[in-house]
Amino acid sequence: MTDAFIKIDHVSKRFGGFAAVDDANIDIQRGEFFSLLGPSGCGKTTLLRMIAGFEYPTEGAIYIDGQDESDVPPNKRPTNMVFQSYAIFPHLNVFDNIAYGLRRLRLPKREMTARVNEALAMIKLEGYGKRRGDQLSGGQRQRVALARALVNRPKVLLLDEPLGALDKRLREAMQIELRQLQRNVGITFVFVTHDQEEALSMSDRIAVMSAGKILQVAEPRTLYEAPNCREVADFIGTMNFFDAKVASHENGAAILDAGPIGKVRAAGENLPDVGTPVLVAVRPEKITLSTTPREGAIKGTVDAAAYLGERSHFHVRVDGIATPVAIASQNVMRSGDAVSHGATVFLSWPDDAAVILPRE
Amino acid sequence: MAPANLSTRIPTAARFGARVEAFFRRSDAARGYLLLSPAILIMLAALAAPLLLLVLYSFWSQDGYLVNTQLTLDQYSTALGREAYRTLFYRSLSISGMVTIVTVLLSYPMAYFIAFQVQRNKFVWLILVTIPFWTSYLLRVFAWKIILGYNGVINSGLMSLGILKQPLEFLLYNPTSVVVTLAHAWAAFAILPIYVSLEKIDRSLLEAASDLGDGPIRRFFRITLPLSLPGVIGAAVLIFVPTTGDYVTPALVGGTDGVMIANVIQVQFTKIGNWPLGAALALASMAAVGIFALLIVQAMRLAISRVK
Repeated sequence: MTDAFIKIDHVSKRFGGFAAVDDANIDIQRGEFFSLLGPSGCGKTTLLRMIAGFEYPTEGAIYIDGQDESDVPPNKRPTNMVFQSYAIFPHLNVFDNIAYGLRRLRLPKREMTARVNEALAMIKLEGYGKRRGDQLSGGQRQRVALARALVNRPKVLLLDEPLGALDKRLREAMQIELRQLQRNVGITFVFVTHDQEEALSMSDRIAVMSAGKILQVAEPRTLYEAPNCREVADFIGTMNFFDAKVASHENGAAILDAGPIGKVRAAGENLPDVGTPVLVAVRPEKITLSTTPREGAIKGTVDAAAYLGERSHFHVRVDGIATPVAIASQNVMRSGDAVSHGATVFLSWPDDAAVILPRE
Repeated sequence: MAPANLSTRIPTAARFGARVEAFFRRSDAARGYLLLSPAILIMLAALAAPLLLLVLYSFWSQDGYLVNTQLTLDQYSTALGREAYRTLFYRSLSISGMVTIVTVLLSYPMAYFIAFQVQRNKFVWLILVTIPFWTSYLLRVFAWKIILGYNGVINSGLMSLGILKQPLEFLLYNPTSVVVTLAHAWAAFAILPIYVSLEKIDRSLLEAASDLGDGPIRRFFRITLPLSLPGVIGAAVLIFVPTTGDYVTPALVGGTDGVMIANVIQVQFTKIGNWPLGAALALASMAAVGIFALLIVQAMRLAISRVK
C-alpha cells in the first residue's frame, strides 16, 4: 500500500475531550531507528501504545508492513515492547521470562533452549538463566526485557523510555549498546524518550511532539541545525531568539532587520517575503565572544559566567533585548582569558549560523 | 542545707523519667514491645492460658463428676480410635474443604471484577461486599433456613410458579446446605484478600504478557493467577480453618447428616460433661486442620510453580 514499513496515517487519540495524539502522520522505514521525542504528556507514549495495540486510535489507521493493524489486539501484532518499568515477571526466572513468548509456539525443547541461550548471550548475561527477576540490577532487568522482546523476532521493537531508570553512566553505555544491537539485528526500532541528547545520539530520524501534535520529523542534524519552528528549536538544545523583520533579499539569503542587534544575514529555502515579521534563531555555540571590538559585532555585558570544564557558558546582556544572550564556548586553551561578570564583550557569528523561524 | 545538695535531690524523678525516655528512644525493640503489650496481655490471658489448660485436660480423664488428674493418653485413643469420631473428623474436613473451594471459586470473579473492571468508587464496592456482616451471624444462618426450608422461599416460590407440586426436601438439613450457608457467610473473607493481591499486580505485567502473544485466558493462567496466589492462599486458610470448627451452622441447617466435629466437642463440654475427651477432640481437630491447611498451601504453591 505504501513504501513505509510503519505508516501512521492521520491518527488521533482522544480521551473524552482531550486529544492525547492529534492527527499524527509518520512514515517509518524498514530497519530504521526512529525516536519519538517530546516533553512528558506530549502524547509520545500514547502513540507508541497505539502501535503496540494497547490503545486503539479514535481516528486514522496504523499500517505495519502493509497490514492495517489499527484494530488488531496486541497479542496478534508483529510488535514487541520494552516497557518503561521493564515488566519482568516476578514469579519467573530469567530463562522463563525470556522464553515467555516462545512457549506459545510449542517449539522443540532443544530449539527453544538454544534461542533463549542465544538471547542471553546477546545481552551478555550468560549463566543468569536461573536468577529471579528481583535478583537483578536495573541494567540487567533492562537487558532481560530487551532479550524477552527480541527473542520473538518481531518486525518492530517498541521501546518506552527504557533507559530512564538507569544512572547516567550506565545509560550512556546502554545507548551505545542498544544502537549496535539494532544495527546487528536489523529490526525496526521505535524509541520513546524525553531526553533530547539520547534521541540525537541514537536515532536515524526523530519525530518531535508537543501537545499531541507532530512538530517536525527529521534526521538529528537537521532537527538541531534547521528546526522548523520555535518549539522544536527551544526543546532541542538551547537557542537564542531575536525578533526581526525581513528587510530585503540578496543572493538567496534574507537580510533581516533585528532592531537592537542591527542587520542579520540568514540563508535558507522558502525565504519569507520582505516585511514579514520573523524570528532569528542562533545556537549558543555558534556565537563567538570577544573582548575586543570587531566590525559588525554586538556589544554586551556579561551577566553570568559558568565554567564547566571542557566549555564555558555565558549570559550576555545586550541593550534593547529582554532575555540575555546565551553563549557556549569551548575552552580550547588551558589558559584562556577569563571573561568574568560585568566585562564588556562583543558577539558575532558566521553568516550561515542564523536560522529564520516563523513568528507566532 | 547546701545548694549543691538541693540540686541533686529535687530533680531525681525528672531525671529518672528522662532516662526511661532515652531508653525507649534508643531501642526500637523496647518501643515495639511497649506498643504490643496490651495485645500480648490479652493473648496471654484469653488465648495462651486456656489453651494450656486444654492441653492439660486432654491428658486427664473424667471420673464420674470428678476429673482424675492422673496423666493418660486414653482420651486421645478414644478421640482418634472411635469410628464415629473419625467419621466426623473426615466429614468436617471435607465439608469445610468444599466450603473453601466453593467460596474461593465464587469470590475470585467478584474480586477480579472490583480490581480490574471497577474504575471509580472501588471503596463503595468493598463496603457492599461487607454488608452481610452488618447483621449477626446467627441471623444470616436463619435467613438461609428460611430460604431453603420445607415451606421456604425456594419451595413456595417454585410451587406458586407451578413448577413443583411437592416441596423439595433435599434443600435443607444436609451437608450441602451447610456448604451453601458457610460459603455465603465467609465470602467477604475470600473476596478481600484476593482483591488485595489482584490490585497489587503491576498492570504493565499484564500488558507485557499480551504483548508477548498471550490471549486473555492464557494470560490469566500464566500471570494473573500465579501473582494472586498469596491472596488465594490467604483466603483458603482464612475460610478452611474457622469453618472446620464451626458448630452453629451445622447445628441449625445441617440436620443429622451435617453434624460436624465441633458439635460433638460442644456436647462433650456441655451436656455430657466429659471435658478431657472434649479437650482431646478439640486438640486433635486443631492438629488436623493445621496439617490440612499446610498441605493445601503446599499443593497450591507446587501447582503454580509449574506454570511457565
